[in-house]
Amino acid sequence: MLASLGANPFSGYATMFKAAFGSLDGISNTSVKSIPLLLVGVGICIAFRANVVNIGGEGQMVMGALFATSLALALPGLPSLILIPLVLMAGAIGGAIWGGISGALKAYFNVSEILSTIMLNIVAVQFMNFLLRGPLIDPGELERGTRIPQTARLPESTDLPILLEGLRMHLGFVVALLVAIAAYFLLWRTSIGFRLRSVGHSREAARYAGISVQKNIVGALALSGAMAGIAGAILVFGSESHRMVTDGSSTGFTGSAGFNGIVVALLAGLHPLWSIPSAMLFGGMLVGANALQRAAQVPSALIIALNGLIVVFVVSSEYFRKRSLQAGRVDALETENVSEARGGGS
Amino acid sequence: MRKLKLVMLTLISFVFLYSSLMAADKTLRVAIVAPSASNDLAFTQSIVDGIKAIQKNRNIELAITDGTFIVEDAAAAIRDYAKQGYDLVLAHGSQYGGSLKEIAPDFPNTAFAWGTSADTFGLSNVSSYEAASDEGGYVMGVMAAAMSRRGSVGVIGPIEVGDAKLYVDGFIAGAKARRSSIRANVNYIGSFSDVALAAEAARAHMAAGADVLTGTAQMVVGAIGAARAKRAAWFGTQANQTELAPEIVVASQVYKWEVILSQIIADLDNGIKGGKMYEINLKNGGLVIEFNDAYNLPDGVKQAGLQAIAEIKNGSITKTH
Amino acid sequence: MIDSFTLMIIVATIASGIRLATPFLLASLGEALGQRSGVLNLGVDGVMLIGAFGAYYAVLTTNNLFYGLVVGIGLGLLIGVFYSFITINLRAEQGVSGIGIYLFGLGMSDLLFQKLVGTPRPILPFMPLDIPFLSQLPILGEMLFQHSLIVYLAFGLVPIMSYVLKHTTYGLNVRAIGENPEAADSLGVSVLAVRYSTLIIGNGLAGLAGAALAIEMGIFQQNLTNAMGFIAIALVYFGAWSPKGVMIGSLVFGLVQAIVLQFKTFGIIPRSASDLAAMAPAIITILALVIVAKRFRQPAALTKPYVRGG
Repeated sequence: MLASLGANPFSGYATMFKAAFGSLDGISNTSVKSIPLLLVGVGICIAFRANVVNIGGEGQMVMGALFATSLALALPGLPSLILIPLVLMAGAIGGAIWGGISGALKAYFNVSEILSTIMLNIVAVQFMNFLLRGPLIDPGELERGTRIPQTARLPESTDLPILLEGLRMHLGFVVALLVAIAAYFLLWRTSIGFRLRSVGHSREAARYAGISVQKNIVGALALSGAMAGIAGAILVFGSESHRMVTDGSSTGFTGSAGFNGIVVALLAGLHPLWSIPSAMLFGGMLVGANALQRAAQVPSALIIALNGLIVVFVVSSEYFRKRSLQAGRVDALETENVSEARGGGS
Repeated sequence: MRKLKLVMLTLISFVFLYSSLMAADKTLRVAIVAPSASNDLAFTQSIVDGIKAIQKNRNIELAITDGTFIVEDAAAAIRDYAKQGYDLVLAHGSQYGGSLKEIAPDFPNTAFAWGTSADTFGLSNVSSYEAASDEGGYVMGVMAAAMSRRGSVGVIGPIEVGDAKLYVDGFIAGAKARRSSIRANVNYIGSFSDVALAAEAARAHMAAGADVLTGTAQMVVGAIGAARAKRAAWFGTQANQTELAPEIVVASQVYKWEVILSQIIADLDNGIKGGKMYEINLKNGGLVIEFNDAYNLPDGVKQAGLQAIAEIKNGSITKTH
Repeated sequence: MIDSFTLMIIVATIASGIRLATPFLLASLGEALGQRSGVLNLGVDGVMLIGAFGAYYAVLTTNNLFYGLVVGIGLGLLIGVFYSFITINLRAEQGVSGIGIYLFGLGMSDLLFQKLVGTPRPILPFMPLDIPFLSQLPILGEMLFQHSLIVYLAFGLVPIMSYVLKHTTYGLNVRAIGENPEAADSLGVSVLAVRYSTLIIGNGLAGLAGAALAIEMGIFQQNLTNAMGFIAIALVYFGAWSPKGVMIGSLVFGLVQAIVLQFKTFGIIPRSASDLAAMAPAIITILALVIVAKRFRQPAALTKPYVRGG
């Protein structure tokens, strides 16, 4: 595909890889890109383990970001040490509420969470448009009459500190890693996690065991939403511009991270710790693709199509991986069962 | 001794002449970062067309990163181009401003231009450019009100922000100025890309009686299609939209960014990297109203439009929104 | 009492809602069929986009609407085969592969558009069909009987699909495989064949939905569908996997969009609230489901690849 557009495919992939992982700068950019992917992905892991499908990452990120931004704008004077944890928590709360709504709708009204999360994404983005055009808009915009839908420059005390001089990598990455690790412990080392997973395995069994299925469904979506909310907050406070701004698209500012996070989680086998490399890989793909676009001057459309193909191939190749790992065993089993099925059926 | 000085002087002047000639011919490295596709017949295409027009007279090495509506990605692209030593980086998107403000100080040797906006952040290497789209909007509003037989016009907009709002406000002002009894309905559909919704918005306007429509942003192609089916007249903006619907497009406000791009580049040649605000408008030829010659305008409409243009140019009309 | 102008507006609004609902309906029906047989396809939007571009390009070059539809459906069928292979034979994770297809469709359609067409050129849209007696009916005429072919096709598919699912062997097989593929397999039903068929048909419908959209709009544009495909997927859940339910869902969504548009046109919704109003279709769809929520269960085998023998 690359070749047909006049670019050398091999150097193209080399460029992608180099941009993503070949330099300190590249790794830093990849890490930054992977933060929302990891956080949302971990949230999806939790939700999926409770057998709840959360497609609302986009909306939850937006709501989390809105909560966090509003808090920052309202309390500009506080020092970093207090304000940063506060805004991150605000992000978590915003996302949790949004996810919780879907959870409650499912638990108490039997409304499919796939429907409600997709619909609530739309609601969240429009709500953000409303706020950024109106109450939250940068007063400077109103003065100048340009009306760009963005907030004022957020207080400097909320800038996520850069970890290494000159790089883009900031505290958000550490936060994401910590959240992933915490999620692992939550799922497999605490009773909360146990209950979530029980509900995920079998609602009936969980009910008989005295576990409130409804509360856990709400909890799963709320937790999942909280992670996405933190991701949204980090995106805003770690951004280049240090303001909340929308690009007017149906995803606002998230860059489809709420959505790509699902891919990350699924590729990681719904395991929070495996989500870390999964997110880094996806992030690398995004960073590399952008660099390729600049280097080879190909239209961004090609990059998007390429990303899609890569995802499809990665996920299809799992089959071959599994086959080669279990070669002998599976063949034997299959032949055995097929003949059984044949004999039993027609 | 004197002969030597003469030779030296001649040599030095040759060197100066040569280098200034070279400077004029020196390849200028320009990069554009834009939010939508380069062929969107709207915002992004206008700047690409502008630079390409300049390329006819000047050696420009051009790099384009289009389709970057994600602000963080655009920021990364801007930073990358600056790092790669491009002379001029055009951040063609209002939403990129916040990021540019943080990036520009890191690269004092790079000239940045940000559009559409009117803010240079007080930085000496950032210039801003915008379009006085309300001027063209006003002219079109005047003509729309003049030609509407049912006294009703309709506007389809994306979200009420920035350039879109400016144009729409101008259009309404012009329509009302021409005919205070005109019914001018405005519908911001809430999205820059929902083509189907834009089409239905146009139909809703027409059902309410509008026989002249206008709109802005890329989803407006849907509205044009719907207008075409019912033969409502259309006024376009950002690019010449005649070929989209030659039967109904009356005129389009075309952005000729090359008018200010040449100014920016000239300033750059003189060492001014930023700090100035540029604007394309009717007076400097950056905004041009291009009529669809195939459209049969009723008498007096075109004259009304041309008069409005003249009055804006000479300053008799100042309140265009 | 309602005056004639208001009546006219109401009629126009309902007609508008039906038109808006049509692409959702087509895509949603296709997705419902696939999901009924136990396979989730998140790539609907991408298929719609490819179908849309294919149809647009076909009509652009041949000036024949029929070819456009055929190309749109055909491309959808082709992707259906591809998707079936990945999810059924290679047993790839359905959610992920679906999103991969979405990204591919989004990028490819835009890329081909930029390279093959460049500057957008318009194409002829559908003409409303004139049904001899019915189109002339005073109120119902404009509301229901002055639509284009594709609208009738879409709504006509609803009873057809309903009948097939409930009363034919094929439909029975589809439902059985969606609930319990092992049992169906042991009874001699080829899980592979049936799932292939539902996915191919389903994707074909998605391609048709995209084609309908492009022809109706008379143009193509990057991301023409604007995430319509995902809303269509959501509507499958709204409709509890039944064609009738899906139809109601599409109509609810489309009608609310149409009503909001009318309100905005007349200024009943002020400009300052236009974003809030844009939320309306989403919120009302949720509320509608809350009110009507019946006890439904999703096909038990949904998203689980079928592996013979465990």
